[in-house]
Amino acid sequence: MWNTLSRMWKTGLLTEPLPVLQPSLDAPSPELDHLQSQLLAVLGRALCIRHVDAGSCNGCELEIQALHNPYYNLEGAGIQFVASPRHADLLLVTGPVSVNMEEALRRTYDAVPAPKLVMAIGDCGACGGIFGASYASRGSVANVLPVNTTVTGCPPTPTAILRGILETVRPALAKA
Amino acid sequence: MTLQLSDFLERHRRPLAGNLPATRISADREQWLQLAAWLRESGARLLTLWGADDRDRDGCFRICAVYLLTEGVLLVEHAMKTTEATASASYPGLAAIFPVAQRMQRAVYDLLGISAEQADGSEADRRGWLRHGGWPETCFPLRRDANGSRQHPNVSAPYPFVTVEGSGVHEIAVGPVHAGTIEPGHFRFSVVGEKMLRLEARLGYTHKGVAKLFETMPQSSGHRLAARISGDTAVAFSWAYCTALESLTATVCPPRATLLRALALEHERLANHLGDLGALGNDAGFAFGLTHFSRLKEDLLRCNTVAFGARYLLDYVLPGGVAVDLPAEAPARLLGLYSELEQSVANLRSIYDEHAGLQDRFRGTGRLQQPIAEKLGALGLVARASGIACDLRVDHPWPSYDWVATKCITQSTGDVAARVQIRFDEAFESLRLCRAFLQDIPVGPIQAPVPAAAPYRLGLGVIESWRGPVLIALEAGPDGSIRRCHAHDPSWQNWPLIEYAVIGDIVPDFPLINKSFNLSYSGQDG
Repeated sequence: MWNTLSRMWKTGLLTEPLPVLQPSLDAPSPELDHLQSQLLAVLGRALCIRHVDAGSCNGCELEIQALHNPYYNLEGAGIQFVASPRHADLLLVTGPVSVNMEEALRRTYDAVPAPKLVMAIGDCGACGGIFGASYASRGSVANVLPVNTTVTGCPPTPTAILRGILETVRPALAKA
Repeated sequence: MTLQLSDFLERHRRPLAGNLPATRISADREQWLQLAAWLRESGARLLTLWGADDRDRDGCFRICAVYLLTEGVLLVEHAMKTTEATASASYPGLAAIFPVAQRMQRAVYDLLGISAEQADGSEADRRGWLRHGGWPETCFPLRRDANGSRQHPNVSAPYPFVTVEGSGVHEIAVGPVHAGTIEPGHFRFSVVGEKMLRLEARLGYTHKGVAKLFETMPQSSGHRLAARISGDTAVAFSWAYCTALESLTATVCPPRATLLRALALEHERLANHLGDLGALGNDAGFAFGLTHFSRLKEDLLRCNTVAFGARYLLDYVLPGGVAVDLPAEAPARLLGLYSELEQSVANLRSIYDEHAGLQDRFRGTGRLQQPIAEKLGALGLVARASGIACDLRVDHPWPSYDWVATKCITQSTGDVAARVQIRFDEAFESLRLCRAFLQDIPVGPIQAPVPAAAPYRLGLGVIESWRGPVLIALEAGPDGSIRRCHAHDPSWQNWPLIEYAVIGDIVPDFPLINKSFNLSYSGQDG
């Protein structure tokens, strides 16, 4: 126990500031410290994300998992990954949509309560990537579901994914 | 019989291009089965099985098996003449001799329509493994005359799981979409209360048609697809592809590039082991472990950007060498990282070892007994945790492992605790190897030109990834094209083992057991 406490004490806080968003014309660039309170004001709670691997090579999953490490500390920013699509505001989809995952992806989307946001992650999710469309793959996520935003990269860095999440919710926040 | 077979083998086996000592032999129906039985007796393991449509060349379908022997790898091929009218073929199945062949035989049927006959004449398992209803039953996408880019509507078909009957037995269906950030697959548990009586996995959800896609690519860019078969094993797969191509074209990869590949492979092993150690702590209710190990993993990934130009090395290994040279400032940075990791991992190991609650969850959970692991042909760290000493870096060291004398790390208990200890020990061994590589890094070029391989020649690349041996079998086509490329992930061998490891444990321990194996869905599904 002493060892554990001592390691915690010595490690200290490692969390880095959130990435800065590009200013856009249709919405004022929010102060990111302000984001958490905005999320709370609009949603009344944390932003809840449900991840679906629709056929990825598992590279994107590794970078999504990295968002939980102490440097990015996603939950500290008021963004939470949830276990059920019924609890989610945003669907984070990776991979080209494999033919074998198409139905499961549609069903997961249907289970998310409206209003819902969809983000496609990685080169494959954004445009089909190296796999494209074939007998086994439907290509990009947009070929199967309405997609709000995409984040390219193979795999995209945690910072790019985080920025993408913020960009996805910003119009919703601005509208509200 | 045995004498005749070994004599037959000695007389007819021909050398095969590859990074390990490799030979090939053609077998007729009878020899195909006899060889398998004889190889099983002599302790060989079935590494992979694939089919090929060569009807355009000689009117045959081929089934190929690669065995791992003490002296290297052996490819056994069996050609099946087929008639224009039926366009079907069958071969004697290997599942009775090597149970691991069963799912691979189902996959071969789904893609090529050539079926395995059961040795005892019993009914074969005809349930689709990779084909879930996404393409018609009469369409076999890997045949030469099949159009790989044609889309078919999904027609979902029922998949009868094996049922367990008895008083109080019920089923729990999980997946394909899981509760965490992991890959998709379906698990069907038959339970009494919370005790697992039986688990049956159904995989294939992430099948992306990798084999067919390879055939549309030039040899010079196949490594990019190989790296994306399983993203967490990108270096191993792309290296296996490149070394297969290089051995086909007699290309000598420059020593500096070879060493950088090995350094990248050890970084991949470290990153995965650190991530798993954290996740295993977390799955046993110790979130502290995840926080600290994920921080160390992030430190390593950030150093990867300095040393290799990217966090994950999906485009680092390429035919003839590597993509970027190690910058001058990298070695000092890496050595600093290694010292920090060594200290921190040792510290965290003592915390894990002394944590009674954690050890209570780890020990005795998900036990895979050595005889079952042997019988089912376990590979990689799962095999080593059950007392089977097998590591290609030790058994058949290829450059640059041929001068560092890697230590083969084993444990005997085969439980989650053993798979945790293996990861700790291998992380330290990887750090030692990384230091050794950095100390003796030669100067020189990092790329060599790679000519096109002569058509219809076959080369093998086998690399011990963090998960176990990955294999690429590459057959060249004319003008620098790929005629056939088969990729194999060790998850094929290890997925069925989980079904044994969980028997008698409780459902809440399944995520922990599954994580301790940490197998690839995408690598298996292809």
